[in-house]
Formats: sequence, structure tokens, C-alpha cells
Amino acid sequence: MSIAPPPQQGGTGTGVAAGTIPRQDRFALGGRSPVGLILLAPALLLLIVFIVYPTFYTILLSFNRGRRGEFTEWVGLRNYEQLLTRDPNFINLGTFPPSGAVWNNVLWIIFYTSFVLFLGLIIAVLASRVRYEAIIKAVVFLPMAIAATALAVIWSFVYTPNPDIGLLNAIIGAFGAGPISFLGDPNLVNWGLIAVGIWGSVGFATVILSAALKGIPTEIIEAARVDGATERQIFFRIIVPMVSLPMSVLAVTLIVNVIKLFDLVFVMTGGGPGTASRVIAFTMYQEAFPSGQFGRGAAVAVVMLIILIPIMIYNIRRFRTEAVT
Amino acid sequence: MTQHAGALSGPAVETPPRTLSERIVRALNKTPIHIALGIIALIWLAPTVGLLITSFRPRSDIQATGWWETIFTLRFTLENYQEVLQARGMLQAFINSAMIAIPSTLLPLAIASMAAYAFSWIKFPFRDTLFLVVVALLMIPVQVAFIPVLNLFRETGLTRGYAAVWLMHTAFALPFGIFLLRNFFITLPRDLIEAARMDGASDIGIFRRIVIPLSVPAIAAYGIFQFLWVWNDLLLALVFVQNGALNPMTRQIQGLLGTYGTEWHLLAAGGFLLMFVPLIVFFSLQRYFVQGLLAGSVK
Repeated sequence: MSIAPPPQQGGTGTGVAAGTIPRQDRFALGGRSPVGLILLAPALLLLIVFIVYPTFYTILLSFNRGRRGEFTEWVGLRNYEQLLTRDPNFINLGTFPPSGAVWNNVLWIIFYTSFVLFLGLIIAVLASRVRYEAIIKAVVFLPMAIAATALAVIWSFVYTPNPDIGLLNAIIGAFGAGPISFLGDPNLVNWGLIAVGIWGSVGFATVILSAALKGIPTEIIEAARVDGATERQIFFRIIVPMVSLPMSVLAVTLIVNVIKLFDLVFVMTGGGPGTASRVIAFTMYQEAFPSGQFGRGAAVAVVMLIILIPIMIYNIRRFRTEAVT
Repeated sequence: MTQHAGALSGPAVETPPRTLSERIVRALNKTPIHIALGIIALIWLAPTVGLLITSFRPRSDIQATGWWETIFTLRFTLENYQEVLQARGMLQAFINSAMIAIPSTLLPLAIASMAAYAFSWIKFPFRDTLFLVVVALLMIPVQVAFIPVLNLFRETGLTRGYAAVWLMHTAFALPFGIFLLRNFFITLPRDLIEAARMDGASDIGIFRRIVIPLSVPAIAAYGIFQFLWVWNDLLLALVFVQNGALNPMTRQIQGLLGTYGTEWHLLAAGGFLLMFVPLIVFFSLQRYFVQGLLAGSVK
């Protein structure tokens, strides 16, 4: 799996190193036909029209008031200024704890990512010790197949305040505590949503980390056991370091999931109660469509893009180093 | 991706217990593990099973007692499904979901495999730079396209049909598809392709007769991933399907939850209709599905 440095298509044409045998000439010759371009054309056309051009359009639009989504009234950085300093629904650092969509996304990143990784690893390790490993993994993985909209229905049902309907309040009620409105309380709603997100994604981490665990040579663990290492030491000193690379790749994926998170919040709470559970992607939709503030919607989309750019660079770097080795 | 082939199968190899006492000691040692896994399985199954049971309970029972008390009543009905399918338009929405998902899977499958072949086996200027651009496009959030693409389509009226949602799903599926398929195509044996070239096969011929047949597992994984992605999508349908009669199931259920938030007989049945196709895919094509999802982790 190697990707050659950009081929020099100059006068000599072939671009292959010295000692070329005629076969490779033929290979290069076949490639000089316009077939490559013909095969690429539909993809390039769609990528340009639906991704590249819109990206530049949206960046420009974010500097406009942008009524009807057109370049009306240049406002410079005002959309950004409003979002970042005067919109408590987007980010509000004036209270403690802070609030707003950006802060909610921060909570999501911290708690969703760490719990998914932690639970995923624990379940993968536990499951590897039993015969019914495949069943456990399938059960935990199942939510990955289901739409976020369906997860929202499943968990809205679990969270229902009426203890004769909602499972969670029935359990709480059995301990004599009053019904809790998980999605109706601004202090609880984000935790309720993050829990659903964790429940939905743990299987993904479990399956990936389980594959990584299988790559750890059993001799290492056997040797540690022989040397008298405890299960705890084996877990923290051998297993955790050996799966740290897949863990970091997973963490990046989970963070991207959070930045793009929309369906679950939109269906379960509509960003509410009030605006308590809004996230960035939700704000983008809300500003652009129901509110018709296209310039501000564009600015939120650009904020998402800016957050994702470091990850884009990380991906390209990772890809290039993988390609070299 | 081959490293994930057995991702969901095969427990760790262990020497079988030699004596009865050893077997008992091992079982006792593992008791805490079994208990922990039992609790985990319960937490991951109960919410879904609860909704499944609820979808078959009569409305009056749902309002009166929890689904976990069904064992005391044991009354089941198909009326909820009947009502949600007919009166709440879920049958039409089911058809609409398929109308959106099938072209949105086949189009990127065809277009991405063509491009991936060009990126792996044809030489042209700036090929590898262009490929890095495609990798970069993986991270562009779909939100940046909402306003410009709606503007583009406003005059043409394409948002009144499915064209806009098909094209958006296709375009945003391409970077991942090209990336995944190209990484698979370059692992095909070079000798095979060069031999075909020497025998005078054209690029199109090599693509159709050698590359595609040898790449069925990768193409299937991508196709299944993409199909479920679109089937489960709400956001693009929300923005780009602007005719209520064409709404897919995700939008129909989101609407139900908004309007009939306490009518659990409808929501449970509707929710299960939405999950029906993905669950069938999951249980029948688990291997491809898991591979697609794992490879798709970059999306």
C-alpha cells in the first residue's frame, strides 16, 4: 500500500525510474489516454458543485446579512461577533457553569468521548474472557444499526416522567423517589442526551477495541501473569498502552460525531427545554431555516468547518505517513 | 479492512479445562465477569425490547401499566401497526425512504468505484494531489452546502422532488467511497492488471471484468454502509425534501413525536417500522455491515 509521489508528466512521459522494462512503459502508456479523466469526471463534477463551491459560497455568505441566502449587504465580521459575544444561546461564558450550544458540545466531547472509550474497552476486555463474546458484542453493537431518530423514540420512552410508562422513573419510583423529568429539566437534559449518545456508540468502540485486543500477543499477557502481575496491572500496564493508537483514532472519530451531532437532539428535545440542549449543528439549522437568518446560519457552518479543519489536517498527515510505510 | 473480518465472532482461544474441579474453579473465578456482562446486556437490550413489546400492546394497556408488567396481562394486538401504517401515512413514508435510499446508494457506488479505479490504476497529472484533496473533503460538514445548494435548486424546483436529496447524499458519500474503494483497489495484484493490459484490454474492460468482480466485499461493505446511512438520515431529508407527501420515515416519526408525543402505541410501532430494515440488514449481512461501519469511521 504505497502512494507514489506526484508523477512528473513531462517530456519523458513515463515517469518511472531508470531500469524501466517495456511492461511498465505499456502501463504508463495506457494511463496517458483520457480514460482517467472520463472515469473521474462525474465524481469531480459532483464534488465541485455540491461540496467545494458551496464551501466557498458559505464562507462568503457568512460575511453578509444574506437575506434569501444571497450576497445582500456586506456586514464584515458582524455575524461572528454576534454569535460569539451577544448570543447566549450559542455561547455564554457569563454564567457558571457556562451555557449555550458551544458549551453543550464541549460537555458532549468530554463526557461522550471518554465514556464511550472507557466502556467500550471494559466491555471488549470482559467479553474476551467468555464464550458468548460474539453475542455480547452484537447486543452492544446493535444500536449502531438504528437511526438516531429511532434511538430518540426508544429513549424518550425510557425517560418518560410517568412511572407507569417510563422504565427509568419506574425504577426510581421503586426506591421511593419522585418522578424526574430528564428531558424537561434544563439542568438534566444534556446529561440525558449524552447518556443516549453513549449508549448508541459504545458498541462501535467495543468492536474496534476488541479487534485491537486480539492483536495483542497472548505471550505478553501470559508472561506478565507468570511474573505475578495482577489483573489490574495487566489492564493498565499492558492492555491500555497496547490499544492506545486505536483509542486515539476512535477519539477523533467520536469528536467528529459530536461536532456533526444533530438528529438526536433535534428529535428528542428540539434543543429545549427553551434552548438548554442546543448544539452547534442544531444552531446552524435553527438560524438558517426556521429563523431565516442565512448569514448567521452560514457563520455557524463556518465555525463547524473551522473546528473540523485540524482533524482534516490530522487525517491527511495520518494518511500520508501510512502511505509511505 | 481485512483485520476486522472476524470482528464480531470468535472468543479468545483457551485451553479446555481438564478436570471437573478445574471447570468449577474457572466458572467461579468468572462469576463477577458473567454478572457484569449480564447487567451490560440488560442495559443494552431492555430499552429496545421494551419498545418492541409496547408496539404490540393495546393503547389502553400502555397508558395504564409499564411494558415490564405485560406478563400479568399478556394482551397483544397488531392495531398499532395498522393505524400507524394507514392513518399516519407510515406505509407511504416507508416507500419514500426506499425511493430516497436506493438511488442514493447506487449512484455513489457507481461514481465512487469509477473514480477509485482512476485513482489506483491510471496515471494522470496531479493524481496523488487530487486524491489528498478528496481525503480532505471527508471532513467538510454537510451544513456548509445547505444554503448554496438550496439556492441553486430554488429556481429549478428540484427540491420538490427527490433530485436534490439524491445528489446531496451522493456527493457527500463520494469522498469516503473513493477513499475506501481506492485503498482496496490498490491491493489487487498488479501483475493481473498489467497482464490484462498487455493482452490489449482497455481500462474500461479491466475495470469491469477484473477490478469490480475482485472487489465485491469492499463494494458491498460500502453499499450497505451508505444504504443504512441514507435510510437513517433525518437532516438532509429535513432540508432537501420540501414536499410533505415525499417525507421518509425518519421525518414522519419526528413529526409523530412532535405532535403525538404521548401516543406511545403509535410511536413504538412507527419506531419499529423504521428499525425494521436496518435490523434485517444487520442480522443478515452482519459481516459486511460491521466492516463498512468500521471503515466508515473516518466519515
